[in-house]
Amino acid sequence: MDLGPHATFIIAAYAMAALVVVCLIAWVLADHDAQRRQLSDLEARGATRRSKGLSKS
Amino acid sequence: MALIDLANPTRFLALVARALPWLAAATALAFACGLYLSWFTAPDDYQQGATVKIMFVHVPNAWLAMGVWTVMSIASIGTLVWRHPLADVAAKAAAPLGAAFTFLALFTGALWGRPMWGTYWVWDARLTSVLVLFLMYLGIIALWRTVDDPSRAGRAAAILTLVGAVNLPIIKFSVDWWNTLHQPASVIRLGGPAIHPAILTPLLTMALAFGLLFVTLHLAAMRNEILRRRVRAMGLMQAHAAQGA
Repeated sequence: MDLGPHATFIIAAYAMAALVVVCLIAWVLADHDAQRRQLSDLEARGATRRSKGLSKS
Repeated sequence: MALIDLANPTRFLALVARALPWLAAATALAFACGLYLSWFTAPDDYQQGATVKIMFVHVPNAWLAMGVWTVMSIASIGTLVWRHPLADVAAKAAAPLGAAFTFLALFTGALWGRPMWGTYWVWDARLTSVLVLFLMYLGIIALWRTVDDPSRAGRAAAILTLVGAVNLPIIKFSVDWWNTLHQPASVIRLGGPAIHPAILTPLLTMALAFGLLFVTLHLAAMRNEILRRRVRAMGLMQAHAAQGA
């Protein structure tokens, strides 16, 4: 495939788009893991959500 | 499930858990089709040559830059008028995604501009108004991080978002209202698209792919934000319980 004299610009545009998309996906997945871990820690220490506590009473 | 049921975060989380794998698969498929069409079937432009391929990432990101702010504006109305429990969650989750898409629109636009215009950047109306949009995204993200209470931050961010929505028609019509280096609208315009179907098809396919990517990441980020608020509420309750003991 011949990208012509401006191949560097074309490849750089797609490379940056790929990098940003990968970073966004990694950020969302890492954030999910972090929140799940914190929730598990709190639940292990006996913390409950208000709605749960109210429904039990 | 009625639409109103989605106001319940627990039901919303259950829906997201079911929808995310399908959305992720649809996004991957759309990107595979879009990249194939962009790289292997789309012809070179008679003036721009292969550089036209930059359009297939630049234009979808430029549309999303404005589209995400529109989503945030609608969510802001939900926060201020109806106090919908998921409205400011939706607005907060969308802001970093919108900032990323706007950055990509600016970056790929600069890379497209250098070989076509002879410069990476000019302070013309279209480019400057999109840069302002990018700075507004960063401002909204900073505001969310500054105010600790999510409901107070949500109201402040909602007002700022609605004020910032004034910039959207300025971006859209800047190429008509002022003399700019940027070309006028060639897809979303009254007379229909001015682009040949051989180039329009890959462009719309890539736009669909980026759109699906936004929906997927937005739902995932909303799920994370709901969990973050649960962590915060449980942490506060535990701290109060410890103080009372």
